[in-house]
Amino acid sequence: MSETKTASIASKDKIIKVDYLARVEGEGSLYVKVKGGKVKNVQFKIFEPPRFFEAFLRGRLYKEAPDITARICGICPIAYQMSSSQAMENAFGVKVSPGIRDLRRLIYCGEWIESHVLHVYMLHGPDFLGYESAIHMAKDHGDLVQKALRMKKLGNEIMEVVGGRAIHPINVGVGGFYRAPSKSELQALVDELQWCREAAIETVRLVAGFNFPEFDMDYEYVALSHPDEYAITEGRLISNRGLNIDVSEYEQFFEESHETHSHALHSAIKGRGAYFVGPLARFNLNFNQLHDEEKKLAEEVKCVPPINNPFKGIVVRSLETLYAVNESLRLIESYEPPEPSMIAITPKAGRGQGCTEAPRGICWHRYTLDDKGLIQDAKIVPPTSQNQKQIEKDLHQYVSQYIHLPKDQLTWQCEQAVRNYDPCISCATHFLKLEIDREE
Amino acid sequence: MATHRKPKLAVWKFASCDGCQLTLLDCEDELLAVAGAIDIANFPEASRAVIKGPYDVSLVEGSITTAHDAERIHQIRRDSKILVTIGACATGGGIQALRNFTDVKSYIPVVYAKPDYIKTLNKSTPIADHVAVDFELRGCPISKKQLIEAIVALLAGRKPQLPHYSVCMECKRRDTTCLAVAEGVPCLGPVTQAGCGAICPSYHRGCFGCFGPKELSNTESLSHWWQSNGMDNREIVRRFRSFNAYADAFRKESEAHE
Repeated sequence: MSETKTASIASKDKIIKVDYLARVEGEGSLYVKVKGGKVKNVQFKIFEPPRFFEAFLRGRLYKEAPDITARICGICPIAYQMSSSQAMENAFGVKVSPGIRDLRRLIYCGEWIESHVLHVYMLHGPDFLGYESAIHMAKDHGDLVQKALRMKKLGNEIMEVVGGRAIHPINVGVGGFYRAPSKSELQALVDELQWCREAAIETVRLVAGFNFPEFDMDYEYVALSHPDEYAITEGRLISNRGLNIDVSEYEQFFEESHETHSHALHSAIKGRGAYFVGPLARFNLNFNQLHDEEKKLAEEVKCVPPINNPFKGIVVRSLETLYAVNESLRLIESYEPPEPSMIAITPKAGRGQGCTEAPRGICWHRYTLDDKGLIQDAKIVPPTSQNQKQIEKDLHQYVSQYIHLPKDQLTWQCEQAVRNYDPCISCATHFLKLEIDREE
Repeated sequence: MATHRKPKLAVWKFASCDGCQLTLLDCEDELLAVAGAIDIANFPEASRAVIKGPYDVSLVEGSITTAHDAERIHQIRRDSKILVTIGACATGGGIQALRNFTDVKSYIPVVYAKPDYIKTLNKSTPIADHVAVDFELRGCPISKKQLIEAIVALLAGRKPQLPHYSVCMECKRRDTTCLAVAEGVPCLGPVTQAGCGAICPSYHRGCFGCFGPKELSNTESLSHWWQSNGMDNREIVRRFRSFNAYADAFRKESEAHE
């Protein structure tokens, strides 16, 4: 631990203070108050300055939404582009062709590979191996970090070939793609995908061997579910406690509240409270739709549903990376450039919803449009604000269970408990500060 | 043996999407070489380790939108020998500068149930409005190649070599047919600074100005051309008002059509 983050412990009030949580996207802070050996208060605070996307989307043309909402997050722009495109198509009653649908799934696989590998090796992995960062880790495990960078690069390359650019792709639009890549452009990715398949298998075996804290919680998992495939770009919203709704019904079942301590809204299931979105939710709800290879590997490393230890999210992300690689190979194999690459749209007044699986969970959008296709109203619920309540509950439970640990260790593990969710605080951040205030 | 101190690099974030700092981690082929040549002294997205300033180079992402951030940037300036802004937010105010054309108070209740909790400045401003900036990297997001060039050059004590001509030059070099001339597609290429590699036209869409206005850009002439092709004022305003809406040339042109 670095000097600035080392606990400064006042003898009377016993406060552990960390300047920020590193290796998450964005900045926030964390406050834990312990009194008489019991956790009294936990606040996961998000200080990302408000940027007002929903406000300035008003008056913009429907076509601009994928480009503008991509700027909510540089880590998962595809999620915003896909959810907003789908919401617009839904409002106009447009259905894209199967070829466009496949291409969307492919670019989304690229985002999953890039984001998952970044998280597994560069943000989360160093915790388990005891390093401050992947760069520090490279001194002892050069080959491992090189391999991770090569995997991540492949994810970016898929996004570049299909989307034109890895961060804020330019080729994604309402109705499809400005230009469909040629067969040979996609074929050129196959050799590297084959290499990456092996690398992803090794990754699963490696991370499954990490030491995980004993920590099981009873979660309500929420994810998209599709009858024919491991859901990424579409499906119904389901949960392990009986939720089964169309994405257009989201607001009837979910609500957001605004807490004083955070710039991000807290989501909850009406009448039930916190829920869990992301890889663990998808894996637990849709496991049977993974390819045989991932299922077999999951059994080999003893990571099969139900997985209720959020620290094992790193294994699940690695299995999903393998899924995304295999799915990319399948999609490229059967690819024929869709003609046209973009369905023509005639705007009409209406309202539409869209929801897709960002690497860190469902990303839900709703727009109201006028007859010229200008946006009248927008609502966007990113995955991190959906997980926020659950993150606080995890911390509450974790500190209660491990209160006896030395402060430095507990602090680092609390950071990890947050990192389990791969929170994208830009979608909502800045300084994540951990204070544990112990009053005996 | 005399030890040569490695230069210290810091990365800072203000209001932004994290995409420009992610570009550093996306330099997969160069990252370890860069990390070997410098000390990454402050880069929270990548590392828990923090080394105290002063820093040889600070990369600053994001725009200034809160009173706290307006103060924080001064400390970063004091701690940095060279300060480089990375991306459209830090260099031009970013997409969140769309608030600058209205009263931000009208935005708050649209997004937040309890507007009283929200503290924000009325304008989103670039870093250079607050402190001296040594070098600016354009783009939403920045280009990987330009980022590496800037880091290498600044550490070597020379000026980074970056183009100031328009996207059109990059299109010509790629041999992309001009969409504006051949098909009448609205394109901001003629007034936008090069750097992206003219990606959009190669994917059959017009440039939408991610890199902001080039030097001496003739935005007025472009608007006239669009108008003569039937584009109305509202659309002209929207085209100039995206990720670099508050950059001078784009701002003035959009205001002229309001």
